[in-house]
Amino acid sequence: MSAKLTVTPSPHIRDDLDIKKVMYAVVLALIPSAIGGVYFFGLRALVIIVAASLAAIATEAVCQKAIRRPVTISDGSALITGILLAFNLPPGVPYWLPVVGSVFAIAVAKIPFGGLGYNPLNPALVGRAFLLASWPVYMTTTWTAPSRGSLSGISAITTATPLGVFKYVRHILDNPSVGPDEISRANSYLAQLYSSASLKNLFLGNVGGCIGETSVILLLIGAAYLLIKGIICWRIPLSYIGTVALLTWILGGQGLFHGYPLFHVLSGGLVLGAFFMATDMVTSPVTPKGKIIFGVGCGILTSVIRLYGGYPEGVSYSILIMNITVPLIDRYTRPRKLGEVKGS
Amino acid sequence: MSAAGEFTKGFIKQNPVFRIVLGLCPTLAVTTSLKNGIGMGLAATFVLVGSNVIVSLIRKAVPSRIRIPCYIVVIASFVTVVDLVMAAYTPQLHKNLGIFIPLIVVNCIILGRAEAFASKNSVGMSFLDGLGMGLGFTFALAITASVREIIGTGKIWDLVVLGTKYNPVLLAVLSPGAFITLGLLIGLFNLFEVRKEK
Repeated sequence: MSAKLTVTPSPHIRDDLDIKKVMYAVVLALIPSAIGGVYFFGLRALVIIVAASLAAIATEAVCQKAIRRPVTISDGSALITGILLAFNLPPGVPYWLPVVGSVFAIAVAKIPFGGLGYNPLNPALVGRAFLLASWPVYMTTTWTAPSRGSLSGISAITTATPLGVFKYVRHILDNPSVGPDEISRANSYLAQLYSSASLKNLFLGNVGGCIGETSVILLLIGAAYLLIKGIICWRIPLSYIGTVALLTWILGGQGLFHGYPLFHVLSGGLVLGAFFMATDMVTSPVTPKGKIIFGVGCGILTSVIRLYGGYPEGVSYSILIMNITVPLIDRYTRPRKLGEVKGS
Repeated sequence: MSAAGEFTKGFIKQNPVFRIVLGLCPTLAVTTSLKNGIGMGLAATFVLVGSNVIVSLIRKAVPSRIRIPCYIVVIASFVTVVDLVMAAYTPQLHKNLGIFIPLIVVNCIILGRAEAFASKNSVGMSFLDGLGMGLGFTFALAITASVREIIGTGKIWDLVVLGTKYNPVLLAVLSPGAFITLGLLIGLFNLFEVRKEK
């Protein structure tokens, strides 16, 4: 047969985009937030990011050598796992914590399932969940205030993150036995959380929180780059954040429709999770309809955990739980073949 | 198969937990410490040996249509014996294992051996099979429990092994730790089998 007639299966449209280019574009998109993290929380943040990244890369290399597979650390996926794990840690954790988390993320959540492309769960989030279950004290009490602000983003409280304050306020207001003093104090905290000064701090990142999650503006810069490059799609982030906004508006206050969605959208790890972790190509649905279902599911779970759960924040668990449903979502949203009859 | 073969097959080759993947409920639930693991394993071994012998003795008298209820009655009798003996002589262990002692009645390994082996083989062979399988189960529980106890608390059998500075991985003694440890151990066993076959 002539060399010009090559018969190949799809895809037929060729592009020079490969795994490496996608991964390093994501790394590039995460750099503004990394710089922001170092700016707000000091050099500690940089050490944690570097430690987590190096540990992730080294673990991948060691594991792949051990099972005699080609070492693929240069594709950048382990680097992203390390950076995202560090972004999800409080700035005050001991330096060995990110290392242990990265080792677990790669050696348990990624390599045993077959490596990149086969892991059902986002490795960075598995690492975070592992650390949170194993060392809850380090993961929930080592918050540090940003260099030019307070931990909660409002001046009245210096001991809790914005969502921690919100949880406390909910607890007081839902508890009928507390005295009128405490109720009025809780209401004043709430008013301060929803004030424009507090929202501005949340948007800029001048609040306590995990290293890479606090600054919404810097995350959006990176996200915009990925959206323009076509590496992530708007469906998951938009449906995720939209669902959280809607549900926290309806259910987030005393009585229906008294919540304050803007606070919930800007606080915690929602923006980081929605744009950088829920959109992970390996662990999110491939079909457009599936992506919307996935985002809405993440949004429902996050809202439920934030408003009614035991933890102040629920982004990482929501995404992990929805990761498990991805094969099912993909199966049920499989597009029909041209000419296929419904119900056949 | 020889008598020795019937006895030893339960340890590695047909290990009920790592190879046949039966009896996972107690394996996951009670392996938080080596003491609990071995206690559970020995209790199950006693029931397994007893039920295997009795089931083998009555194998010709039991009509095949009602054999399962008959086996369950036999097994439940031995479990009651173990339950009461443990409550009397090892009250702390009995308290730690809790509901999982009565649950030995529905342990797949015991019913599985009764159905697959004791109902078709002689009393002597059934005794050896039960003993081997029971000790294999104990061995599997002991390994899983050791890994979890050392990583999760830094101790083994109340003995500090990883130093006082060790910051224990709490997850290892929580339920997810059970699944992860067991999964990795089964993988390790498969790896050895594959290597051996080559």
